[in-house]
Amino acid sequence: MIVLQLFLEFALLSFVAFGGATALLPEMHRVVVENHHWLDDTTFTHLYAIAQAAPGPNVLVVTLIGWKVAGLAGALAATIAMCLPMSVLIYLLIDRWESFAGKRWQKAISIGVSPLAVGLIFSGATLIAQAAQFGWAAWLLVAATVAANLRFKLHPLWYIGVGALLGLLGLV
Amino acid sequence: MSEPQTTPSKKRPDLRALFLAFSSVGLSGFGGVLPFARRMLVEERQWMTAEEFNAQLGLCQFLPGPNVVNLAVVVGKRYQGALGAIVAPVGLLAGPLAIVLLLALLYDAYGSLPVAQGMLRGIAAVGSGLLFAMAWRMGAAIKDKPWFLPFTALVVIAIAGLRWPMPWVMVAGLALSGGVAFWRLGKK
Repeated sequence: MIVLQLFLEFALLSFVAFGGATALLPEMHRVVVENHHWLDDTTFTHLYAIAQAAPGPNVLVVTLIGWKVAGLAGALAATIAMCLPMSVLIYLLIDRWESFAGKRWQKAISIGVSPLAVGLIFSGATLIAQAAQFGWAAWLLVAATVAANLRFKLHPLWYIGVGALLGLLGLV
Repeated sequence: MSEPQTTPSKKRPDLRALFLAFSSVGLSGFGGVLPFARRMLVEERQWMTAEEFNAQLGLCQFLPGPNVVNLAVVVGKRYQGALGAIVAPVGLLAGPLAIVLLLALLYDAYGSLPVAQGMLRGIAAVGSGLLFAMAWRMGAAIKDKPWFLPFTALVVIAIAGLRWPMPWVMVAGLALSGGVAFWRLGKK
């Protein structure tokens, strides 16, 4: 029962999704492409690209993966699995948040988590590059994007548009 | 049922307003919609003050998972209880979900064309660059870098290099990195 399996895998991942769904890219690739062979490398990077080009929260890449693995049921199962456990937990905890916000252990976890999240997102970036088997032109585009993004404040759609255009022309 | 106002915020949205407001947030952003949620809640509709927003966002960012979905649950619960906590995140996700599924259908139909493959490849390259930039910016914001950036390196080695399962890496990493943070907090 692939939908149930998908649901359980993604529900487990939701508990370690520090940094949101973006931070989960490497692990989703490991589970979906390497372990279960539900998708291949190319499809995985295509789905990531589609999620980038669509409006909405980052979590939608999960929806797309679910869709490709098991259709509409898969899309809903993966999305709900990713959102539900923490939604329930936050529903139960929010009224007591003030009682532990700012405690030493709470601050320690917050501080401790952020370098890990940075590592996860960096890994996600390298993984996309690896799975898509970037050539030198694509790496040049990656570098230009990093430089422009750190330097200027442009709407993300500009980058998406340039990427799509260069790709369309067969340049990357 | 309307109760007397006790919160400093002026307005109390009903379920419909929650759904529509979070729908507009979900559809307005590319690559993360949290800033749009803040603008909607604090500036446009004034359902929360900036202080209230920051306080509630604290737990949303503390817990794992999509922060903005967590935020929708919190805001929904605050104004309309359990129903609100369901309606707000559903509103946030319904529109973008429909769009993304439409794109998935297009991908199924035309994804194998060379033109589509080229475009997606270009977008993936840009997307990878945006992730590197995001990691750089988040890394630059970390305080006490000599103590904590080594944990970033360990995560990259374990996840990108060795391909170890992430739940174990995160549990171990959090124990170490959180432990160091706990110890450093005690020294101040």
